[in-house]
Amino acid sequence: MNEVKTFRLDGVDIEFSEGDTIMDAALRAGAYIPHLCHNPEFTPHGSCRVCIVEVNGGQVSACTQPAAAGLEVDNASDAIVEERRNLLQMLFVEGNHMCPGCEKSGACQLQAVAYYTGMLSPHYTHFFPQRSVDASHPDTAIDFNRCILCELCVRASRDVDHKNVFSLRGRGIDTQLTINSPSGKLGDSTFAATDKAAHVCPVGAILPKHRGYEQPIGNRLYDRQPISVVGDVAAYEPGNKGDGHD
Amino acid sequence: MSSNLETAANPEKLERIVIEPLTRVEGHGKVTLLQDENLHIRQARLHIVEFRGFEKFIQGRPYWELPVLVQRLCGICPVSHHLAAAKATDMLVGATQLTPTAEKIRRLMHYGQTLQSHALHFFHLCSPDLLFGFDDEVRHRNIIGVIEDHPEIAKQGVLLRKYGQEVIRLTAGKRIHGTGAIPGGVNKSLNREEIDYLQKDIEQMVQWGQDAVELIKRIFFEQLDYHMAFASIDSNMMSMIGANGEFDIYHGGLRAKDADGSTIFDHVDYTGYRDYIREGVKNWSYMKFPFIESLGAEHGWYRVGPLARVNNCDYFSTPLAEQQRKLFMEAGHGRPVHASLAFHWARLIELLYCTEAIRELLLDPDISGTELVNKGALQACGIGVLEAPRGTLFHHYEIDDDGIVNKANLIVSTTNNNQAMNESIRQVSNNYLDGKQLTEPLLNQIEVAIRAYDPCLSCATHAMGKMPLEITLLNEKQEVVDRLEKRVTGEIQRTL
Repeated sequence: MNEVKTFRLDGVDIEFSEGDTIMDAALRAGAYIPHLCHNPEFTPHGSCRVCIVEVNGGQVSACTQPAAAGLEVDNASDAIVEERRNLLQMLFVEGNHMCPGCEKSGACQLQAVAYYTGMLSPHYTHFFPQRSVDASHPDTAIDFNRCILCELCVRASRDVDHKNVFSLRGRGIDTQLTINSPSGKLGDSTFAATDKAAHVCPVGAILPKHRGYEQPIGNRLYDRQPISVVGDVAAYEPGNKGDGHD
Repeated sequence: MSSNLETAANPEKLERIVIEPLTRVEGHGKVTLLQDENLHIRQARLHIVEFRGFEKFIQGRPYWELPVLVQRLCGICPVSHHLAAAKATDMLVGATQLTPTAEKIRRLMHYGQTLQSHALHFFHLCSPDLLFGFDDEVRHRNIIGVIEDHPEIAKQGVLLRKYGQEVIRLTAGKRIHGTGAIPGGVNKSLNREEIDYLQKDIEQMVQWGQDAVELIKRIFFEQLDYHMAFASIDSNMMSMIGANGEFDIYHGGLRAKDADGSTIFDHVDYTGYRDYIREGVKNWSYMKFPFIESLGAEHGWYRVGPLARVNNCDYFSTPLAEQQRKLFMEAGHGRPVHASLAFHWARLIELLYCTEAIRELLLDPDISGTELVNKGALQACGIGVLEAPRGTLFHHYEIDDDGIVNKANLIVSTTNNNQAMNESIRQVSNNYLDGKQLTEPLLNQIEVAIRAYDPCLSCATHAMGKMPLEITLLNEKQEVVDRLEKRVTGEIQRTL
């Protein structure tokens, strides 16, 4: 009989299997660690840093840190929550995230995580970067104002669709999502609305065209319960576990 | 038709009195008066001092965002912008006819917002002037004074507004800035529980609507000659009317009548509005000056809003409002009623109509339907027009092949009344201020004239009567000779 291995997350024993990250084990156990660039369907990325936890006195990203027996993981200390909030505030100000007019509002993972962490305002000065909307594709639009560079679309297009439609270019604060096509436009790429990459965006950056606001306020994904209960946006995309939510 | 107080000769030699900010109106504006050494008013102007830029920054956005995005123009009647934009996007998505459920849910939303907006304007903002007099002590002349002296009237005003807000919440998702109307229809209908909730209080609302009309009639007839004359100007009037000439604030053609009530144009398809309406600009205001093209800028300016709508329509489809309309029209003795203060009277008849129309719709099974959206082929141009609480509202968008907005033109209700409001304050200046040492009660008469139009000067969050106010008197050398300051506490002090 194999010995059950556990680590402690906020004082609760969490079982894990060989090869699990802290995030894998926590999600399986129903313990919520806030995250944006992580999607269990893809190789962990560790770039958004929202899932930082404190392990034995140091900070690590839960989505990339292998679980190990006896770890003491702190996911909810004031310092961790404050740091997450700062990260989220920086994400909000470096893009143009105008929730009041956004069709993703109420079903946006960035907004939901911000609510969960108690973010009351952006705090920092807005960058208001000049970004555009690429609506050249007949079925899907990309609003670069809302991109948080999580690379989920990059990973989905590369690893599942095998098209490599998306990548990041530039460095540091100038990093941006780019389209692999002769004109740089989505309409000139091999992208299709049925691609996996069309259904993994945690924010309102990649969206179906000619639709929006179809779910009444009150029925949107995070209107009734917080993200810690509801789970990720991508899980409710067609074909996934939560497909068909009201 | 314009008065001679728009531009004074040698303004540098005149004393300048500024009313800034205007209080108990929506948004921010100011009035400047130029007075000569004999205290004669030589120039009176209403200035709109805000710049919004919506027409510019929605360029580059997808068309399906418009109903939700553009409604942020206003915090008082955002449903107007929500629905006007939705109507424009209906045209963009080729929805030539909405489903009965979609149209009736939108109408319900619109009646709810007109009810709440009219209640807010009359009871919260204007009833202090009308109940206590224009020269009542300033610290008493506000909604708190109404609550203290007329608690039942104040309560009815608050609850009428609340009811309208509840209608909006249930049709649009929330009371302010909802998402109910989408291109080609709506995203929800009403369930039985929601209908029962609204039906529970509707009879009371209809009764209070009748009481409100009786109240304004009592006030109006107590000093009929004065109220008919104050800020009264002869003008053209424009509004939307239904196919049979009936009062309709959601959909119909455009009708314009001249000061004598003769038709200028009628049943005009609003998508052709540019053939009938032009917009002029003046170098002293950020707000444009629309006019009826066939009459030219000098004679073609017009009024919109409740006064124009009640004057222009042939009848109301609901019995109580129609009964009141007939009584209202008698006051014109065969001509349209031009008294600016009759805006209040007309507004409350409309409030009554909204309660009746909501009552009718709540009995209509279509509001529980499941057919919510209609769409056809995408079009390049979308124009949506309706009657907002403050008047005719135009939304015009053009999109590219990808569905991105590349052109937008909005003529908001208050803009239509720009020249008329200026004319009204000039009439007040000539008749009530000219030759007098200006005092707060006298200056309030200017504000009373403007308030009658219920302007939404910025289409933003609204300001109550406790806003600070500073009146500075300059001599011909631009030296400050006097300064009155109204604190947020209501206290007025001479601060020079």
